Amino acid sequence: MTSLPSHTEKKLGLVIDLDICVGCHACVTACKGWNTENYGVPLADEDAYGANPVGSFLNRVHSYEVKPEEGAAQLVHFPKSCLHCDDAPCVTVCPTGASYKRVEDGIVLVNEGDCIGCGLCAWACPYGAREMDPTEQVMKKCTLCVDRIYNENLPEEDREPACVRTCPTGARHFGDLSDPESAVSQLVAERGGMDLMPEQGTAPVNKYLPPRPKDAPTDVLAPLLDITGEEPKGFLGWLDKTLERLG
Amino acid sequence: MASDAPLLDTSPKVSDEIRQTTCYMCACRCGINVHLKDGEVAYIEGNRDHPVNRGVLCGKGAAGIMQINAPSRLRAPLKRVGPRGSGEFEEISWDEALEIATAWMKPLRESAPEKLAFFTGRDQSQSFTGYWAQAFGTPNYAAHGGFCSVNMAAGGIYTMGGAFWEFGQPDWERTKLFMLFGVAEDHDSNPIKMGIGRLKERGAKVIGVNPIRTGYNAVADEWVGITPGSDGLFILSLVHCLLKAGKIDLDYLARYTNAPCLVNMDPDSDEFGLILKDDDGRDLVWDRREKRPRCYDKPDVVADLSGTWRHAGVTHVPVFHLIAERYLSNEYAPETVAETCGIPAERIRAIAAELAHVAFEEEITIDREWTDFRGERHSKMVGRPVSFHAMRGISAHSNGFQTCRALHLLQILLGSVEVPGGFRFKPPYPKPATAHPKPHASATPGQPLAGPHLGYPQGPEDLCLKEDGSPQRIDKAYTWENPMSAHGLMHMVIANAHAGDPYRIDTLFLYMANMAWNSSMNTAGTMEMLTDTDETGAYVIPRIIYSDAYASEMVAYADLVLPDTTYLERHDCISLLDRPICEAEAAADAIRWPVIEPDRDVRAFQSVLCDLGHRLGLPGFVAEDGSAKYADYADYIIHHERRPGVGPLAGWRGDGAGKGRGAPNEEQIERYIENGSFWIAHIPEEAEFYKPWNAGYQEWAVELGLYDAPAPYIFSLYSEPLRRFQLAAEGKGAHQPPDHLRAQIRARLDPLPLWYPAGAPDPDYPVHALTQRPMAMYHSWGTQNAWLRQIHGRNPLYVPTKIWETHGFADGDWARLTSAHGAIVVPVMHMAALNENTVWTWNAIGKRKGAWALGKEAPEATTGFLLNHLIPETLTGEDGRRRSNSDPVTGQAAWFDLKVKIEKAPAPSEAQPAFPPITSPVPPAPARVARKVGE
Repeated sequence: MTSLPSHTEKKLGLVIDLDICVGCHACVTACKGWNTENYGVPLADEDAYGANPVGSFLNRVHSYEVKPEEGAAQLVHFPKSCLHCDDAPCVTVCPTGASYKRVEDGIVLVNEGDCIGCGLCAWACPYGAREMDPTEQVMKKCTLCVDRIYNENLPEEDREPACVRTCPTGARHFGDLSDPESAVSQLVAERGGMDLMPEQGTAPVNKYLPPRPKDAPTDVLAPLLDITGEEPKGFLGWLDKTLERLG
Repeated sequence: MASDAPLLDTSPKVSDEIRQTTCYMCACRCGINVHLKDGEVAYIEGNRDHPVNRGVLCGKGAAGIMQINAPSRLRAPLKRVGPRGSGEFEEISWDEALEIATAWMKPLRESAPEKLAFFTGRDQSQSFTGYWAQAFGTPNYAAHGGFCSVNMAAGGIYTMGGAFWEFGQPDWERTKLFMLFGVAEDHDSNPIKMGIGRLKERGAKVIGVNPIRTGYNAVADEWVGITPGSDGLFILSLVHCLLKAGKIDLDYLARYTNAPCLVNMDPDSDEFGLILKDDDGRDLVWDRREKRPRCYDKPDVVADLSGTWRHAGVTHVPVFHLIAERYLSNEYAPETVAETCGIPAERIRAIAAELAHVAFEEEITIDREWTDFRGERHSKMVGRPVSFHAMRGISAHSNGFQTCRALHLLQILLGSVEVPGGFRFKPPYPKPATAHPKPHASATPGQPLAGPHLGYPQGPEDLCLKEDGSPQRIDKAYTWENPMSAHGLMHMVIANAHAGDPYRIDTLFLYMANMAWNSSMNTAGTMEMLTDTDETGAYVIPRIIYSDAYASEMVAYADLVLPDTTYLERHDCISLLDRPICEAEAAADAIRWPVIEPDRDVRAFQSVLCDLGHRLGLPGFVAEDGSAKYADYADYIIHHERRPGVGPLAGWRGDGAGKGRGAPNEEQIERYIENGSFWIAHIPEEAEFYKPWNAGYQEWAVELGLYDAPAPYIFSLYSEPLRRFQLAAEGKGAHQPPDHLRAQIRARLDPLPLWYPAGAPDPDYPVHALTQRPMAMYHSWGTQNAWLRQIHGRNPLYVPTKIWETHGFADGDWARLTSAHGAIVVPVMHMAALNENTVWTWNAIGKRKGAWALGKEAPEATTGFLLNHLIPETLTGEDGRRRSNSDPVTGQAAWFDLKVKIEKAPAPSEAQPAFPPITSPVPPAPARVARKVGE
């Protein structure tokens, strides 16, 4: 069993805007690219060109159909990666201490050198956010690009997770959710940011901004266009008058 | 437990070097930073300074590292040794390959240049490949526009001198209401995503009109799940509502369009339906103040939208009268169109009211002075902040041209084109059809063609017909069947060559076009045509040369394969002469350069063309001393001049200070590389809007070399070129259509936008069937990418609730889908967010076994499928004549006219039809990918 810190100095995390995400998977491959080349072993793909390709990804986009009581069905794109929970069950279940939550920023990481690949953490995570690398059999998970966000070899503006930097619609935001004044905390407050599955008691740091209401029913009382004339002749009469006014 | 936490290097070295170039994972052409470690690509990200993507990158772009390392990459030139279609080849040297190609093509040039048909696919070097084909002298050249979106381009250019995507974009920063028609998930990729994100951030409203609610339509505030092929009718019903309410911008129409131009209404006149001209051939309007016809561009003209003029027994009415008469008709009333469109009448009225409200009640003004082409000074810029974007969903129908015209009519009536908040052109557009070349197709042995192949006909005299009236081009572009086929008809090349209609060819030369699979209609039939033999046992299409970077299905059907490089191994130019990357507020172009060297015996196709051009002795490719004029494509990019001082790249010309114009600069490519591989020139503030009429813009464009003299023009709501063809069909003029096409031309080449059903209604096939391209895949290219195929490796047929329930489908079921042309058996999946009478699937996920270095059991090759098998390229008319499955105006391939019937089918072992595997020209792919370049 591994302990969680009683307090973290920051709560770095992502705020993901479900109103804007178009499901393009840019975050998926940017993440795969950066994290294959960086933290830990590469994110491998077995049977990469065959019948059943299985690769490890730290971030995936799922799409769900939603059928409201009234109106047309909707499609919601839902990107999902580790939520860096305050009460992360994946850490406490780890038998070797390989999984841990950082005191300085709250990021949950796996120290691959200590990981025995038992997979308990993946079972414990209610979000399915951890994936066993199919080749090295060590547990892989979102690092919040810990090797980007403090990286002095990167320009200041690039010190953010790869998924945030690449997102074409601007649906992904990164910041300190323990600071109520931070841009991400403000966004969560304004837009009613939500925890994913709060009933699990994991106190996730990442937040989701819900889609805005869509397909407002056609308001039969809304002012429609006034009619200038029913027939072309009436229309041309209106036209002449209007042109006179225009001078 | 901080003290227990392992030591972590949070500042690892990112790379040894960043090389900036242009992406080619789709046609969007974003700037990328390629990070290298020890000379190998370690990571690809977006270039923050680049005008197209400003740092972001899509799912395809970031997966480029898997493309440049794909096991499907061809390795050396190939000569066919087995039967055509088997995939059996031997590797040969480049010398041998080029000698073979020269030996095949040289005699053709000397005897009958049209016997070479050279067609390119998703080619980003069309101004170069076209130049080569022109020098060869064959009329048979085009790129893939005919089967992609020529309706979009031609509909826009004939109406307003530009269209969507590369030609223009919404004013993302100011628009308040954005309507998107028929855009799946691409074209263009990142700019639309960035734009929609920006609109959402600003609280602007997005309305998505699409039978399928995925991608952009999934995030739209309102979704209109329209019936496929009825967009034109819906749009014209909006026009009806707006006209009826007088919610149109009369001042804008009078100043900037041909709405006030006077039309000859005398049925007996040879000019019936044409616009009255002055002695210089310029359009006349009725001047409201002076009460006489005057040229539209006179400095003090007050064009009257209402004034008619009777002169010498002929009545002339303004175009606007004809517009009012047509669209006020109840034919376009919401109640009339609701059922056909699948949209309730009250919803159509509500959308019209919302468009009117935003355009006229939420008008925006910018306090910026500008001068129009009549010399009038304006103190401000007035904007109507509604904007539109559309793509293949409306254009890939046989009524697509007129539908695109209808959409432009709508946005022009609202006064929202080239104003703040509306739709804005991107240089070199605006550029009207009259400023484009006309088509050239007269082949002379041993001689180049007199001008470019593709252009914009203004009337029957510009058609590409032989003296006997038969087509000059193998694809029958620019004939009475489809007179305004501005991009050619690539989808008809193989079928026509096989049929010998209009004539036989000798060598088919294709580049980057997967015609033996997903890029052809009637795929199975096309494969048969490619392998068919005559009575002597010789192939009906005698020779096929193909260039591709990858082991696509088409490779197996070539006799000679010229392996291309990947996009990081080559020079390219994204040129203002071609399809550039400009913004509404700037002109821009870009390059690619070899940021890595190929590890295979491959050559960039454009460099190969330079070599072939020399070997064939083509004008423009041979230096005075007989040596090759261009060592390679980079040499051409730097030194070629299309007009004196104007070349493929506009930046750093002459001594390095030249913008647009200037002598070739030996260091030009180095300057581009230093600047992130692009060049940009901003439009002066006072020239940023009203570009077709803005004297400031016109001057700037001339300075930059986009035009040689100011060329202001007015929008053609009423299209005279269309009317000229129609007039011929009515029996007037020297150039007459064959009788069997008169009715079609009269009905379809209407000078005002109209709607007619896309395809003949057939009660046996009641369901619409469509494809969409997913955001994370680009055509067939994504499948060979180890990362992307894990995102989109399967393509079920998505079935709407009503059909799903009617047929009692359940998860895991299969369906037989039948059209008048063929049948397929495919896996189904339920989808509710879908027009109730439409089924669809992802485009080009299905693959032939043996292609793309995929395993034979790969889902793409077992359960993956193409709808293409259901779509004929050739239709037989009631008169028994062959005709193409195309728009009768432009020849655009009518992919989306497809109608089917669906029934439950027993699950086969794999999707049907299944084809025998082709022999892979590349070694088997590795089982595992785990690629880390650095330590």
